[in-house]
Amino acid sequence: MSDTEATKQLPKDLAASEGKVNVQIDGVWHQFPKGTRMIEACKQVKVEVPHYCYHPKLSSPGNCRMCLVQMGMPPRPAPGQDPVFEDDGYQPIGWMPRPVIACANTVAENMGIRTTGPLVEEVRNGVMEFLLINHPLDCPICDQAGECRLQEFSVEHGRGTSRFVENKVKKPKNVDIGPRIRLDDERCIMCSRCIRFMDEVADDPVLGFTDRGTHTTLTIHPDRRLDHNYSLNTADICPVGALTSNDFRFKQRVWFLKETKTIDTNCGTGINVTVGARSNKILRVQPRENNDVNSSWIPDSHRLSFHTIIDEARLTDAMVMENGKHQTATVANAIQRAATELAKFKGEQIAIIASGRMTNEELFMVSRLRDALGATHCDIVPRTGESDNMLISADRNPNTEGAKKVLGISKPGSSLKTIKSGLASDKIKALVILQEDLTADAGFTQNDIQHASLIVSSHILANPTAEVSHILLPGASSFEKRGSMINVTGRLQRLNQAVQPNGNATDDWELLRDLTNAVGGGNGLYLIEDVFKSMASEVAEFNDLSLGKIGDQGIQLYETGIEIPLLTRERKRAENGEIVG
Amino acid sequence: MATITVKRPKLTFLEKLFIPTLIKGLRLTLSHGVRSLRGKAEGKEQLAAGHLGVTMQYPEQKWDSHLPEYYRGAPALVTDELGRERCVSCQLCEFICPPKAIKIIPQEIPADSEWAKVEKKPQAFDIDMIRCIYCGMCEEVCPEQAIYLRKDYAITGTSREEMVHDKDKLYEIGGQRIGLVNKWNDLK
Repeated sequence: MSDTEATKQLPKDLAASEGKVNVQIDGVWHQFPKGTRMIEACKQVKVEVPHYCYHPKLSSPGNCRMCLVQMGMPPRPAPGQDPVFEDDGYQPIGWMPRPVIACANTVAENMGIRTTGPLVEEVRNGVMEFLLINHPLDCPICDQAGECRLQEFSVEHGRGTSRFVENKVKKPKNVDIGPRIRLDDERCIMCSRCIRFMDEVADDPVLGFTDRGTHTTLTIHPDRRLDHNYSLNTADICPVGALTSNDFRFKQRVWFLKETKTIDTNCGTGINVTVGARSNKILRVQPRENNDVNSSWIPDSHRLSFHTIIDEARLTDAMVMENGKHQTATVANAIQRAATELAKFKGEQIAIIASGRMTNEELFMVSRLRDALGATHCDIVPRTGESDNMLISADRNPNTEGAKKVLGISKPGSSLKTIKSGLASDKIKALVILQEDLTADAGFTQNDIQHASLIVSSHILANPTAEVSHILLPGASSFEKRGSMINVTGRLQRLNQAVQPNGNATDDWELLRDLTNAVGGGNGLYLIEDVFKSMASEVAEFNDLSLGKIGDQGIQLYETGIEIPLLTRERKRAENGEIVG
Repeated sequence: MATITVKRPKLTFLEKLFIPTLIKGLRLTLSHGVRSLRGKAEGKEQLAAGHLGVTMQYPEQKWDSHLPEYYRGAPALVTDELGRERCVSCQLCEFICPPKAIKIIPQEIPADSEWAKVEKKPQAFDIDMIRCIYCGMCEEVCPEQAIYLRKDYAITGTSREEMVHDKDKLYEIGGQRIGLVNKWNDLK
């Protein structure tokens, strides 16, 4: 060490050269980029600062006062006096006598933060006591119980008994403010997260406070309802049970839920979600933070779509058509039957219509099946809608990119016309339809399909295509399987199994593997990891990757140039310093 | 772990024979026999047993009236003074139950009900009495004073289904309890 006086650099200069500042948190010095909020700095070094109103994706009004910490800065030197540096190179910290909020203040050079100690403890206890004054004692019926921030922090900072002997303020309970949201004003702690979300993210400011002081009430605009397609996010960010979801209301206590991290498959965005299930039944879907895909939000239409897979029309068994009627069969028998029947046709007589809703692994097995059958016609059904200029992508297929890469389809849907005319002119005689109802989005009629002399299809729900299929295989829905998908921006993401498929329904990649085996011999694939491995060796984008390496946040494989509008707006706000991001 | 060596007591020759001890025991038994024949058996009044007063003739005679207050029998649900079911189906008992005997399906109380204010009640409340171990954790954890262990101990049935106590049965066993905390009153 050449620590001579001339060369010795102070920590502040070292940090400044990287655009950082030195901050002491609970006695330990750390470096953070300039402009970091104090609460975020604490979070980065795993020091928890309790908070209610602060949310990194929303502006910080600093109104809950729960994040109060003690702050200190070096004393300002008297005129003519040089700053004093201690042996470690830091200036001594002069602690301020009053606390500051950590959510709206940024760190500064040589700043000290204390998140423990008598002052901080006392202010937190005080804030907690005020928040609990009018809070009802209905935790046993409140849906938020178990994941309620007020419950959590009252364990640490609450008194246990109330000193408040007066009557609590009465406010409206069980208010119907929208089709999917229920409001309980007594539980509200006035953090204003929902108000800011509806204003800043959803751009539909229908919520607001009325009255003052202890009578402050969260209200909806008298002529409006909370019917925005992103309204259920307000229930997620509500730190207490003031806003609850009508759909999940009183369904199950949250501590019974088994949570699985997976992705939503309703559109090309591939929104990251956490699925809560109990006893193999999906009870709720919540957004999971991923700043490259969906921030922390999810549209209601996507969130509630899980109800379709527990529909009564769910296929739970394989079916084989006998004399114009469907008979239940074992999956193995149905696959064997399909293979024998398919073998009767030449490659150019067989058309495979796969789906953009299939995972990469399934699409890879489709390509194997295509090779085994020698099928010349293979396509997926394109499905487009309108982007909502927030998260919902115009591409309603979750894995169009995957189909392009794995199946080698350059323009999805381009050969559907050829298949349709081929069916009409009897050139195509056998159809393999996977996870698609051709009468819905592909523009086929039931008559068009019935031209084929053999229809093998896999479905989740009963539909017109399934009705006329000769061999029907029961598939698994997106929450019932593992696999990977590439979203519209070119990000590889992973699906995890939240629940087991109903009845005898089977993972689609296994159905396809067995069918390929039955058609053209074994392929040595027994695990989905093996499928990904062989796919990685054949598809350039997946080289050196495995299912495990994808992780919960996904991997950006390439850029397609498509941007998610909500993320673009949020990044801009973060750049402007309005939010943390 | 520390080991404690216990010293065996040193027995005399007579003690080693065990015969004196045997005689001692026989004498005690005989004395009790004579006493009960004379109708002066110990605890005769308390046991309310037959004329000999030695054995209680179960099931003709039962302990029931002698059960202490803290006796832990079958768990049951109770209603309050106004007949409201106290349970709000918070499912804490389901969570705490060590043998997982409790199963609850919650339900929202309809808005036109007298107790709409409470918002939530159990739609189904099943306790599997084959599983129940009478530990009383459900009673202890209940935040609404809705579940109590009653003095019913002879829970029998001829099938597994019969051994599952449903909501009606639980309220039948539990009955009404008066004088508990009423936190859903009009003031709150």
